[in-house]
Amino acid sequence: MSTKVKEAPIPTIPLNARLSRWFGRNLLRIYMFFGFSYLFIPVAYTFAFSFNDSGKSNLIWKGFTFSNWQNPCGAPQICEALGNSIKIGFLATVFSTILGTMIAFAIARYKFAGRSSSNLLIFLPMATPEIVLGASLLSLFLVFKVNPGFWPTVIAHVVFCISFVVVTVKARIASLDPRLEQAAMDLYANEVETFRRVTLPLVAPGIAAAALLAFSLSFDDFIITNFNSGTMTTFPKFVYVSAARGIPAQANVIGSSMFFLALAIVIAGQLVNRKKAR
Amino acid sequence: MTLPKVRVPYLLLFPGFAFLFTFFILPIMNLAQTSTQTAIVGGDTGQYEQSFAFSNYIDAFLENREQFYRSFIYASLATIFALAIAYPLAYAIAFKSGKFKNILLVLVVAPFFTSFLLRTVAWKQILGEEGFLVPTLRSLNLMGEQTTITSTAVAVVAGMTYNFLPFMTLPLYASLERIDPRTIEASGDLYANAITTFRKVTVPLSMPGVVAGTLLTFIPAAGDYVNASILGSPNTKMIGNVIESRYFKIVDYPTAAALSFTLMAAILILVTLYIRKAGTDELV
Amino acid sequence: MAIDPIDARGDLRLTRITKTYGDFTAVDDLTLTIPKGSFFALLGPSGCGKTTTLRMVAGLEEPTVGSIHLGDTDITTTRPYQRPINTVFQNYALFPHLTIFENIAFGLRRRGVKDVKEQVDKVLNLVELPHLAERKPTQLSGGQQQRIALARAIVNRPALLLLDEPLGALDLKLRRQMQIELKWIQREVGLTFVHVTHDQEEAMTMADTIAVMNEGRIEQMGSPVDLYDDPETAFVANFLGQSNLIKGKIDGNDGDSLVIDLFGQKISMPKSRSHAVDSSLYAGIRPEKFRISRTGSTVRGNVLTGGRIEDVSYIGVSTQYVVAMPWGQELMVFEQNDDGVPPFNKGEEVVISWEPNFTFGLRGDEDIEAGTEVDPEQLDE
Repeated sequence: MSTKVKEAPIPTIPLNARLSRWFGRNLLRIYMFFGFSYLFIPVAYTFAFSFNDSGKSNLIWKGFTFSNWQNPCGAPQICEALGNSIKIGFLATVFSTILGTMIAFAIARYKFAGRSSSNLLIFLPMATPEIVLGASLLSLFLVFKVNPGFWPTVIAHVVFCISFVVVTVKARIASLDPRLEQAAMDLYANEVETFRRVTLPLVAPGIAAAALLAFSLSFDDFIITNFNSGTMTTFPKFVYVSAARGIPAQANVIGSSMFFLALAIVIAGQLVNRKKAR
Repeated sequence: MTLPKVRVPYLLLFPGFAFLFTFFILPIMNLAQTSTQTAIVGGDTGQYEQSFAFSNYIDAFLENREQFYRSFIYASLATIFALAIAYPLAYAIAFKSGKFKNILLVLVVAPFFTSFLLRTVAWKQILGEEGFLVPTLRSLNLMGEQTTITSTAVAVVAGMTYNFLPFMTLPLYASLERIDPRTIEASGDLYANAITTFRKVTVPLSMPGVVAGTLLTFIPAAGDYVNASILGSPNTKMIGNVIESRYFKIVDYPTAAALSFTLMAAILILVTLYIRKAGTDELV
Repeated sequence: MAIDPIDARGDLRLTRITKTYGDFTAVDDLTLTIPKGSFFALLGPSGCGKTTTLRMVAGLEEPTVGSIHLGDTDITTTRPYQRPINTVFQNYALFPHLTIFENIAFGLRRRGVKDVKEQVDKVLNLVELPHLAERKPTQLSGGQQQRIALARAIVNRPALLLLDEPLGALDLKLRRQMQIELKWIQREVGLTFVHVTHDQEEAMTMADTIAVMNEGRIEQMGSPVDLYDDPETAFVANFLGQSNLIKGKIDGNDGDSLVIDLFGQKISMPKSRSHAVDSSLYAGIRPEKFRISRTGSTVRGNVLTGGRIEDVSYIGVSTQYVVAMPWGQELMVFEQNDDGVPPFNKGEEVVISWEPNFTFGLRGDEDIEAGTEVDPEQLDE
């Protein structure tokens, strides 16, 4: 046991092998660095120019100021547009999440006649370009003499959000072990109780993710909104319209805030999940 | 509990499908109806009547051929570039990011939350004449005085690539993440080198993600007009720009409808062919 | 929304149960009584219908025809949550979003029981895991999850506890330990346990009655000793342990014994142990009942001569011999290694002998391979 073997010198690995190993290990990291830079350059630019003491058009750097952040509603109409976007996003999220979750449960949990055509009906809105969705809805509203505006926009947003909600929630339901629900039934929970105490809590993260997705799709939508909102303005519409003559720095303030807010929500969600798992 | 089980799925489907029927199927049918209308003789602007003028389709297509081709070429290029950028990114996040996986995933989606219009405008300003990049390149003589980046096809395709990148990355990540790393090790164990392993194991297993990602990128890109109008010039107009201006500026609903319908049909045909191909062959 | 499960106690009776899925018959005209307070095992290979039977008892499936009674109450079509029956699921099915405490309290709360905390604490003590009450299921080891799944079921003091391959996911050592523990808990709480398994050793260790199932039917039912010593069919003879089945003919009577002709050599066996219907039969002898002797030495009991050692496998406590017989059959013989070294070598000529009382007789038209091709590790899905 205690026989001491004379230690042999550790064999060295040739330099070129070490270099290629370093590249092999780090190539993807380097790539990731460039990939993320590409993703974040415009975000960083938007954030930086939210501090620009620019006056009306925010094209050239004129000096640092906090005034845009102190007065984000300073540009005419901007906060009205933001308010509309939030209201529309909220309503579209609520309706599409409810309708989409119901459809997801039906498709994921039951075998019924017309299941594959139901899947097709969910796929079609995703395979239709936004401009066609927007234009066709506008034509319908015009036929029925409905003026474009707030509610037509909400309806239009629900149409394209539903499919994304269905797909997201369906995936979550499919990953659920059916034995958990059987166990609940075995432990004296009836169908309603089983759904409330076991199925729903377990599918909830999927529904939350779907709602978050629906809100961001709605909030960021321009093309469909442009067709169906008439004279009402939303935040993306405001940006598009003012792009021609220069966007006020307040828009950068709002865009950056949305970015940090969303980041905070997602990170908070992750932390809650981690705490729950502990 | 008192409900007969057979009815439950239909009750769940009913509200959503009634909604989709009213506000998706019906408008599409109405659009088809509009597309064959012609202007009322002596009527006001925007007044049309049904005359089953299928020639609208031929006229609309011939008149806007160029924009059609351009839309499909730009969208295809943007899809290919997005795939090329997103695949290694998704691969790195799925296999090489360890405990940072969730954070990196959030970072992929994060730019998505800054309004995409703001980001597109930001690119325009970064790459534009007053930006920082162009004057620098010019002073280094890397770029001619007359050459510009914005208002070109390159800028439009780059903008689309950028804007639809998360739609490509997320499905790719989802399908790569599901791959059991042991299958990759097994391939190495069975005498496949890194490249063969990637081609014969990783790529085929990630095909569902590739299909989903390319569709989610190509479809919106083909119908997009925002990138073309912010980053492009009149020479880079896409079919979306034409439909938009037919609707709002010229108030020519039948032509706009015929164009929309043609675009939708073309995309559906392409998508069906693509899914069929991807479903049967390995595409590599 | 408290549920009042049916207050039924007593024997579980399955009467002429058949369950079909399309063309496939999972359970075929099964009649079975499980006495109150027993530890009952349903044993069989994958796809034999034992899990389907269990699911019908639990209420997760309904029989195509037939009835299920608990005591005097017909429970054939009652919902799972109305039955005073609980299940320990395969892979446990613990609720991942609830703590261990809430998992165990789940059934109590649904029934509107008052002293939830007290009862949960008690059952946690019984399974010796009181310190894990506030953990989540994913933070537990396989063995701990298994015990919690058991605690979650028995805390409800059901009339019947169903165990669906409860130890399948555990490693061998832990499985052995849990087998003993389960048996102890069953005695402690005095409930009826119905245990579904494909592992014959597990069934024999724990159950006081075993029903061996094959292709939707019960092959034989009885105590572990009965089943092992006197199997009635080739399937049971092969599925529970190993058997040597030798083709023979009934040659005559000798009081309570039968005289059997095995390829020209005469042996005898008790009449009561023969299940043959005519003169043709298979004589069955368990490998450990055989004794091997050198050709020429004096031997008692039934004797078969002309054997030759084909193969010797030394496995510590015993040695397994394969002995080739003159009629071409190879017999399996287990000998204790009480003398240390295995006394016989490959190629030696030997005589095989055994006590006539250890012989069992099967019908001559049986398929002697039945029950041998089953992989015991294959899970029933």
